[in-house]
Amino acid sequence: MSIETITAPTSAGRRGLLRVGGTGLLSATAVALLAGCERMASTAQAQGGNAANDVQILNVALALEHEAISAYSIAAASGLVTRQVLPVAVAFQSHHKEHRDALVATIQKLGGSAVAAKSDAEVAKALNAGSLKNQTDVLRLAQRLERGAANAYLGVIPSFSDRNLAQVSGKLASDETGHWVILSQALGDPIAPKAFYVG
Amino acid sequence: MSRLIAGAIAASMALAPSLASAADAARGKELWEARCTGCHSLDANRVGPLHKGVFGREAGTAPGFSYSPALKNAGPTWGETTLDKWLAGPSQFVPGSRMGFSVGEATDRGDIIAYLKSVSGR
Repeated sequence: MSIETITAPTSAGRRGLLRVGGTGLLSATAVALLAGCERMASTAQAQGGNAANDVQILNVALALEHEAISAYSIAAASGLVTRQVLPVAVAFQSHHKEHRDALVATIQKLGGSAVAAKSDAEVAKALNAGSLKNQTDVLRLAQRLERGAANAYLGVIPSFSDRNLAQVSGKLASDETGHWVILSQALGDPIAPKAFYVG
Repeated sequence: MSRLIAGAIAASMALAPSLASAADAARGKELWEARCTGCHSLDANRVGPLHKGVFGREAGTAPGFSYSPALKNAGPTWGETTLDKWLAGPSQFVPGSRMGFSVGEATDRGDIIAYLKSVSGR
């Protein structure tokens, strides 16, 4: 697979990529996440409550998703991504938006306040987006962020007080790993020589 | 047989301090890039604070980063021991802090800390 041959499963376009905000409807993932949190809320209450700690972790995850959404918007607006690759970025960004919506809903369900997104300009500066010169640079940045996100979601699993949320964190890590694998293949990176290459 | 096992245990205990002192900053760089860059950069505050200069820095004092009150008021200075405890279990070391990410293996923590020390000019 090369950079030019990766394709998205949908025909979503640039307008969809740049659109900010959700539809107001919860995705299937959010519904599933919330179902887990209903159990968690009652469990935490019965145990004296560790929900505040979980909200802290979920808000860090939300900040990470906000950053990913901005990163793909920045990539799309850079003019460095070809029409063939753009739909892939659209698809990945839509996943991150579903993650965001699910996390916001869960944080609020637990009585917390969801952390706000930084502006694209702030994110671009923090990620040194000005140094990106071509599509490969853009894909390398996305690849690095997706691997970091996968590892972050795996690394917080032991900290959740509720096993349902730990499981959700594993699902989020799997999505990010999927993105990382596709980007790695597109960049022509070799298969990981050893097992346990994530985490 | 029991003497053999006892000897092996004694040998491993004798080896432990040398392993601890032989932290591998190069391996730590790889681990840091794989596990920490989801939230951290060396030179910029992102989801987490910038890491350049973290070794030797007082907790909660990276310029421009908005910390939890818990970490801002915790007061430790980041060194080998404090970073090891932090990475082993942030919420146990500083209750109320935001970071939930932990590094389970002591060797991995040591190598990451060695890398952070190297990029902090220490």
